Parts: sequence; structure tokens; C-alpha cells
Amino acid sequence: MTPLLATITDIDPWIATCSLITVAITVGMGFWSAGKSKSAGDFFVAGRSVSVGWNASAISGEYLSAASFMGVAGMVMLNGYDALWYPVCYACGYLFLLLFIAGPLRRFGAYTIPDFAEGRYDSPVFRKIAVCFVLFIGFFYTMPQMKGAGTTLAYIFPGLPYWVGVAVVGAVITLNVSLGGMKGITLVQAFQYWLKVFAITLPIFILASIVGQYQEHLDANKTAFESAAANSAQVERKALPEKAPKDEQWIAPFGSLTTKAVDTAIKKAKTPEEKAALEANKRPYSLLYTYSLIIALVCGTAGLPHILVRFYTNPDGVAAKRTTMWVMILIGVFYVFPPVYGVIGRSLTPELYNAVGAKGTDKVVLELPTLLAGKNHPLLGSILSGITCAGAFAAFMSTFSGLLVSMSSALAHDIYGRMLKPNSSPEQRLKAFKWAAVIIGVVSVGLGTQVEKLNINYLVGQAFAIAAASYFPLLFMSVWWRGMTMRGAATGMLVGGLLALSSIFLTTLSDVYAVQTLADFWVEHPLARILCEQPAIWAVPLSITLMIVVSKATARTIPSDVRMKMLVLHAPEALGLKQEYIKEHEGVGH
Amino acid sequence: MKISSTPDHVHTDGFLARLMRDQLKLSIACALFFVTALVALPLLNYFQPEYMAQRVAGFTLSWLILGVLFFPFVWIISYIFIKRSIALEEAEAAAAKDSLKK
Repeated sequence: MTPLLATITDIDPWIATCSLITVAITVGMGFWSAGKSKSAGDFFVAGRSVSVGWNASAISGEYLSAASFMGVAGMVMLNGYDALWYPVCYACGYLFLLLFIAGPLRRFGAYTIPDFAEGRYDSPVFRKIAVCFVLFIGFFYTMPQMKGAGTTLAYIFPGLPYWVGVAVVGAVITLNVSLGGMKGITLVQAFQYWLKVFAITLPIFILASIVGQYQEHLDANKTAFESAAANSAQVERKALPEKAPKDEQWIAPFGSLTTKAVDTAIKKAKTPEEKAALEANKRPYSLLYTYSLIIALVCGTAGLPHILVRFYTNPDGVAAKRTTMWVMILIGVFYVFPPVYGVIGRSLTPELYNAVGAKGTDKVVLELPTLLAGKNHPLLGSILSGITCAGAFAAFMSTFSGLLVSMSSALAHDIYGRMLKPNSSPEQRLKAFKWAAVIIGVVSVGLGTQVEKLNINYLVGQAFAIAAASYFPLLFMSVWWRGMTMRGAATGMLVGGLLALSSIFLTTLSDVYAVQTLADFWVEHPLARILCEQPAIWAVPLSITLMIVVSKATARTIPSDVRMKMLVLHAPEALGLKQEYIKEHEGVGH
Repeated sequence: MKISSTPDHVHTDGFLARLMRDQLKLSIACALFFVTALVALPLLNYFQPEYMAQRVAGFTLSWLILGVLFFPFVWIISYIFIKRSIALEEAEAAAAKDSLKK
């Protein structure tokens, strides 16, 4: 018991208090709104009555995950300019969703994406395929949230094993979701959005006013075109350790993130000719990497099931579009700030470069405010650090609750209610939802304990790549092309999604489980490594091409009432064509 | 503006084709601005590294564009899209109402 006793004295009371308050409010709001969620409609789509303001805050709250709160700052600190693509595309990817998908999808009036897949093609088989992808993408996205939970708790309570944090947070959220469903978490997530914005902005404003502004710290990093000696004394800067990337690579595009594969190959190259050939490829390959990353993030945002499902909670298509615009503004405002932590962290906490993942740059958001203690503001440092910890808690709790709702819906509504027991009563489905939440919660905690070594943002990026190659093509083509058939849609989605998944799995095999033959292969073929690590650039076009080719070949099977379906998707609600695909009276369980 | 029943011409192939074409045109026009920026920035970084590395108020030009200016740029596109698309829907509804009166 001694290590545990020793840890208790190390705990900063402010950090512990702020975190506990966040958890307490989350649980409290969960219980409070649980009393108001009664019908199946409340549980699955919050009664379809969420207003634009609430829904935009809730979607933003759900979307800003541990990857956004901690991962982006850590990634910018670690990789510099290239990592900026993450926050920018996370926020701007919503534009694709707004332009092509949000309005039509809401008008269709389903509960879940599998509902849409089945309804658009009159095919129960397709529902099953779609459900599998909801679960796939959901679990991929859950793992980094769990990692965030484990990391943060281990930071607050030094010495606490990683898995305890995963289990505690998993249990809290599972309780919340099974109590209140979608309606219950809408309120909690909206609250958590504002908490996160507060927690990311206030500490950095105070910190920057004391240690120097964003641009001053950025200015301290010299580009390849500037001499390092000129005006370097504007802000305080600690010496960078060996492992940190050099200034001119860090601040410029095409740095360590995008050139890693080629750099590894160069290190192992045997002859000077081989080395020169690799050097020549370095920049073109990193351009390719950048584009592939952009495609994955932008298209992936438009294909994340747990985000899409939220659009069904809007009253109509116009509200869905307005909501999307507000989401873009809310998350855009947020995403300006995590890179600031990364930039200032590079100047002031360079020791983080020496550790990996959770003990390294990923915790810069939590670590940076404590610096104020060394600048004669010990109390302020603790309070601000407590606030960022509370924000981190809010981040992984809200995202995990959203994921849990969408995956539980998939199990309870699609698998139980539509496949196993189509005649089940609303009460039975409600019960199934609660059980599904518990099952998924337990599985998520189990998976979460396995991913301690992986980088949070990297994991999320993978989930985006899979979504980009499966759901985005499905939704985009189903909404805009009358000639799509079920076989075309399923082939494109399955082949694109599974190939993306397996190529990502290959890179994980060599990175996490250290499969040597694979690592050797990457050294020989850096281009293959890049295309496997960032598959979107080939997987998305492949998926769309397959959809077109197979649909043309099976044109006989175009649903006979396709005109009516398309009309429902595209005609304004005022024309009176809207029919909720899932009728409200089916779902109401009073 | 809700109308009581749906006019007949709504149920023709021509109506649907025109409706979808109008909507898609608007969406693609807005998407083009966005995609152009996404394609152009890495290309500029690639071919004009020195120009993109110049300092603007402490930021490098490239960092300022991506880390700060990109967000308001996208907000403007989305604002224009929503205004236009709601206008499009209202025009559609008004046209349907007129055709019912006739």
C-alpha cells in the first residue's frame, strides 16, 4: 500500500478538485436528464426536437475529443507545421458535410446510418453491413478516448496504473448513457463544449501574457531562410534536447511527420547512390502524404457515424444546415488554441520531447500551466492546471458518451430491434439500448487498456481514414446519384473500407507489435509505407469508382421508387413530401 | 411556409432532375473555393517555400494562413452557402404554391 499512500501526498488539490467537479456535474446532469428521457425516440434521437443552439453546442462538445484537447497540442509540439492540418481539417471537414450531406440526410428521417442504408436501397442485408462499420469506426475512435482517460488520471494521481483511469471513466459514462440515452447526453455534451472552450482559452491567455505571445514564441523558431543568430532574445526559451526536431524542419511544411518513412529508409541505406535516390524522393513523397492526410480528415469528418447520427436530432433540413454552420464556428474557435500550447510548449517544456506518448508531448496542455508556479504564481499555476485537467476530462467523457450512444443504437435499434426481434415492443428496445450500452462500455474499456503505447491523434486519424473510405463515398453517392444500386454501394464501401482498415492494421503491426519483417519491408519501400499509413488518397477514389462501375453493371436492380426517395432527400420540407423513415409513433414508448 | 398538398409536377422526372441540378450546382460552386485552397496551399509550400516562410507579425505566412486565417475563410463559405440554399428552398416552395393556385 505504500506507493498508493505516497501518491496521495503528491496530488495537487486544485487539479483533483476541478476534475472531481467535472465528473460530478456530468453524473449529476446525467441523472437529472434521465428523469426526462422516457420514450425510445428520446433515447435514440432526443425526440427530434433539439434546437440549433443546443445541438450545435452538443455536436461540438461531442466532436472535440481527447485528440483535439490534448493530442493536437502534443502533435504540433512534436511535428510542427504539418500537424496543423489536423485541427484545420477537423474543423473545416464540416464544410463537406454541410454542402453535400447534412440537409438531405436529415430529410430522409432515419434513426441511424444503417436505417438510411436500408431505406435508400430497400435492402436489409445492407443494414447489416452498415452496422458493422458503425461498430468498427466507433471502436477505433473509442480507443484514443480511453487512452486520454488513462493518461489524464495517471497524471492527476501519479502512480495510479493506466488501466484504472480507463475503467473509472468508462464506468461513469456507461452509467450516464444507459440512464438517459441521446436526450440525456445532449445537455451534458453542450455543457462540456463550453467547459472545454473555457479550459483551453483562459489558461493560455493568462500564460501568454506572462511568458510571451503565440507569435513571439513562433518567431523564436528560425526558418531555413533566416539566420539563427538574429533577434533571438524576445522570449525565454529553453535548450531543445537531442530528440526534438530542428527549428527549420519544425516550422516549415514537409517536416518529420510526413518524411518519417523516407528518413528511416535513408538511415538504413547501404550505398551513397541509394541514399541520394531516397533524398530525391523525400519531398514529393511528403507532398503525397500531406494530400492523403487532408483527404482522410476532410472526407472522414463527413463520414463519422457518431456525428452524423446527431443530425437526426434536428427538427428539419434547414435546422440541420444551420446547426452545421454553427458547429464549424464553435469548433473553429476552439481549434485556434491547441497549437498555441504546442508552440509555447516547445519553448518552455522541451523536456517532454524525451518521453513518448502519454508521458511526452501529449501532456503539454496539462503541463504548461504548472510552469507559472516557477514564476512566482504557484496558486495561479495550480488553478489553471486544474482547469485544463477539467477540460481534458470533459473532452474524453463527451466524445465517449456520443460514441457509446451511436454504437448502442446500432446494437439496440439495428441489430436487436430490426434484425433479431422486429416485433419487439418499444419497452423491450429501450431495455435493449441500456444493455447494449453496458456491453459496449465493457468492450471499450477492454480495448482501451491495450492501446497505452499509441499516439492519441494518430489513432483518431486512422478512424477518419476508414470513415473516409467507407461512409463518405456511401453517403455522398447515395444522396446525389440516382443510378446507385445496393450492390454498387456495398461493394465500394466494403472494399474501400476494408482495404483502408487492413493497410492501417499493417502499419500498427510493425509499430506496436514490432513485427520485424514488416519493418524491414517499409525500409525497402517507403512509398508503400506512406500509402499504407495514409490510405485515403487511393482508398476514397477506389471506393467511389467501384460504386460507379458495379452500379452500372447491376443497373437492373436500381430501386423502382428511386424518384420518390430522391425527392424526399432533396425537396424542401415545405412541399410536404417529408416522411420520417422511422415513424414517431413506433418509437414512443409511454 | 407549409403548403397543404403537393402539386403534380413535383412527381415528374424533370422536376427532380432540375431540383437536384440546382442544389448540386450551388454545393459544387462553394466546394470549389474550399478545394482550391486545400490543393493550393501545399503546392505553394512545395514550390515557393521561401515566399511562404516570410514573417508576418511573427508567424510565417504559411502558418498564419493555415493556423489562423483558414477558419474564417471556411465560415464565410458556409454562411454564403446557407443563405443561398435557404433562398433556393423558399423559391421552390413558392413556385409549388403558385402552381397549386392555377
